Amino acid sequence: MSTQLLTYLTVGFSFVLYIGIAVWSRAGSTKDFYVAGGGVHPIANGMATAADWMSAASFISMAGIIAFAGYDGSVYLMGWTGGYVLLALLLAPYLRKFGQYTVPDFIGERYYSGTARVVAVVCLIAISFTYIAGQMRGVGVVFSHFLNIPITMGVLVGMAVVFFYAVLGGMKGITYTQVAQYCVLIFAYMTPAIFISMLITGNPVPQAGLGSEVLDGSGLTVLEKLDATLLDLGFTAYTLPSKSMIDIFAITLALMVGTAGLPHVIVRFFTVPKVSDARVSAGYALVFIALLYTTAPAVGAFARINFIETVNGSTYAQSEDQGGTPQFFKTFEDIGLIGWVDKNSDGIVQYGPGAPFDGRAEYTGERGQSGERLLTNNPTANHNEVNVDRDIMVLANPEIAKLPGWVIALVAAGGIAAALSTAAGLLLVISSSISHDLLKKTFMPDITDKMELLAARGAAVLAIAVAGYLGINPPGFVAQVVALAFGLAASSLFPAILMGIFMKHMNREGAIAGMVSGLLFTVSYIAYFKSDWFGAVNTAEHWMLGISPEGIGSIGMVINFVVAMTVARFTKATPASVQALVDDIRIPAGAGSAQKH
Amino acid sequence: MTKQTSDNAAADSEAAKAYWRANIRLLLGLLVVWFAVSFGAGILFADVLNDFTFIGFPLGFWFAQQGSIYVFVILIFVYTRKMKAIERRYGVDERDEGDDTGDVT
Repeated sequence: MSTQLLTYLTVGFSFVLYIGIAVWSRAGSTKDFYVAGGGVHPIANGMATAADWMSAASFISMAGIIAFAGYDGSVYLMGWTGGYVLLALLLAPYLRKFGQYTVPDFIGERYYSGTARVVAVVCLIAISFTYIAGQMRGVGVVFSHFLNIPITMGVLVGMAVVFFYAVLGGMKGITYTQVAQYCVLIFAYMTPAIFISMLITGNPVPQAGLGSEVLDGSGLTVLEKLDATLLDLGFTAYTLPSKSMIDIFAITLALMVGTAGLPHVIVRFFTVPKVSDARVSAGYALVFIALLYTTAPAVGAFARINFIETVNGSTYAQSEDQGGTPQFFKTFEDIGLIGWVDKNSDGIVQYGPGAPFDGRAEYTGERGQSGERLLTNNPTANHNEVNVDRDIMVLANPEIAKLPGWVIALVAAGGIAAALSTAAGLLLVISSSISHDLLKKTFMPDITDKMELLAARGAAVLAIAVAGYLGINPPGFVAQVVALAFGLAASSLFPAILMGIFMKHMNREGAIAGMVSGLLFTVSYIAYFKSDWFGAVNTAEHWMLGISPEGIGSIGMVINFVVAMTVARFTKATPASVQALVDDIRIPAGAGSAQKH
Repeated sequence: MTKQTSDNAAADSEAAKAYWRANIRLLLGLLVVWFAVSFGAGILFADVLNDFTFIGFPLGFWFAQQGSIYVFVILIFVYTRKMKAIERRYGVDERDEGDDTGDVT
C-alpha cells in the first residue's frame, strides 16, 4: 500500500472515531455543554486537558524550535509545564469549589461587577482567537503536506470535523473526543522518537537516549557530539544560552503564568466532580504532557544531528543512494520549506550559521545547474547556503530516519489530532463566554436553559467560521503574536484570579484597574515591537530592561499586581458577602457539582 | 450564590483559619522548590551546574530540558497527597458528602 493511501486511511479512521464519540456523548443541557455535566473522571480529564493543551505548536513546531535553538528552547519546555504547578496549587481547586461555568463567571462574581466580567470576556476572546487561528493553519499545513490537497481545502475539512463534535457535543463531546485524540497524538509522537533514538544511540527511551553515547564509535554523547559539530560549523554550542539570562528568565515566567491563566485550560478543571479531583487532575494532565515534553528535546537533538550529517557536504546532483543530498531535502524544497543557494557554485550543500539570503524565500520557478530551485533573494556574505523552516523537523523526521510508511501516516494523524483538539477546546470557551457571560449574565438574563444552549451552539458555529477564515487568510502577524496570547493571560486574567482567591481585601476597583493596566501595557509593548506601524527595531538593545516582547507578560503581571494593590488601598473595602464567598471558596467541603444559579 | 452549607459557622471558623494557614505553608514550601529547579537550576545557576555531568547531560542543561519537568509532576502529587491529610486534620474534607449534592438553582 502506498504511504499516501495509508495516510488517508489512518486520518479517515481517526475522524470516524472522533465523530462516533461525539454522537455517543451528545450534550443535552447547558451543564453538559459547558462543563460536561461536571462528572468527568480525573484521569480522563487529565488526558483531555493534555490534548487540549498540546496544540499543533507543541506537536509540530516545538521539537524543531529546540533543534535549532538548543538550550534557548528550554523556555518552552519549562514555561509550558511549570504553569501546571501554579494551576494545581493556586487556581484549579478554588475555581472548582467556586463551581461555575466560565472564568469571567468567577471574575464577575468575585469582584461583584458586570464591568469586571466584561473585561474578562474581552481578554478571553482576544486570547482564544489569537490561539485558534494558528491551530486552523496547523490543520491546513498537515493536510497539504501529507495528503497533497490545498491548505484551504484542509482548513475546510478541519472546520467541518470540529463543527460536528464541538457544536453537537459541547464540553462533553469534546472531553471524550480529546481522550481519544490524546492517545492518537502521543502514540504518533513516541513511535518515531523511539525508532530514531534506537538508530542513533541504541537506547529505546528517547529521554535517556539524549544523554547516551552515539553509536558511531566516537565515544561522545549525543550532546557532546552536537556541541562539537555545531562549534565546528561556526554555531554557538547547543547546550549553552545565546539569549541573555534576564530574557530567558522573563520569557519562562511569562509562559508559565500565561499557561496558568489560559481560559481554555482553566475551564477543564470545572468538569471534575470534586475539589480534590481538580488537584489530582492537574497532576495527571502534567504527566501526560510531560511524556511529550520530555521527548521533544531528544527528538530535536536527534533531528539536528541527522540533518547536519545527511545534508552538509552532500552533492546535490547525486541521488541519496549514490551518497548525495537526501530525498527529504528535495521534497521539502519542492513545497518551499527548504531553500538552497549554491553560493560558491561547487554543487555541494554547505550549511552554517546565519541567514543564507535576505528576506523570505522567493523562488524564480527555474532550476539551477545542479537541479535546485533558484531563488530571487540576494545571497548574504556568510558561507551558509541552506534555509530551512523549523516546522519540518517533526514532519520530516520519519522520512529523514527512513521509517516505514505507516509511521508517516501516524504522524499525520497525530498532528491533526493535536490541532483539532486544541481548536475545539478554544471554540468552546469562546462560545460559552458569549452565550453565558454576555447573553445570559449581561444582556438577556431572562433566557431559558434551552435558549442558552441554542445560543451556545450558534456562538460555536460563528466562532468556527471566524477561526476558519483566519486559518485560510492568516493575517501576517499571526505567527508573531502567539506571544500575545500568553502575555495577555499572564498580565490580565492570572493576577485577577489569584488575588481573588488569596487576597480577601482585593476589591472591584483594584481588580479592574489592575487588569486594564496590565493588559494595556503588554499589548502596547508587543504591538510597538511586533507590528510595523511604529517603525521600532525589535532587537535587544531597544527592549526595556533587555526583555523581548515574548517575555514582557511577566512585567505586565507585576504592573497588574502593583496597580491593583495600590488602588484597592484607597477605595471602598470588599463587601461582607463577597468576603464570605472567598471564605467558602477556600474550604473544599461542600463543593457539589458545578452549578447554575 | 454558592450554597449555604457552612453549618456551625463559629466553631468552624477557627478550624478554617488553621486549615488555611497550613495550606499556605505547604504552598510556599512547594513553590520554593518549583522556583529552585526551574529558574534556579535551569536558568540562574545553569552555568555553574553545567560543570557537572549527570547521566550524560551537563547538569544545568538537564534541569532546563528534563529535570524541572519531572520535579513539577512530583510537586503536584505531593501537594495532592498532603492536602488530603491537612483537610482531614481540620475536618474540611469532602468525604462525607455523598456523591453529588445535585444542582442547587
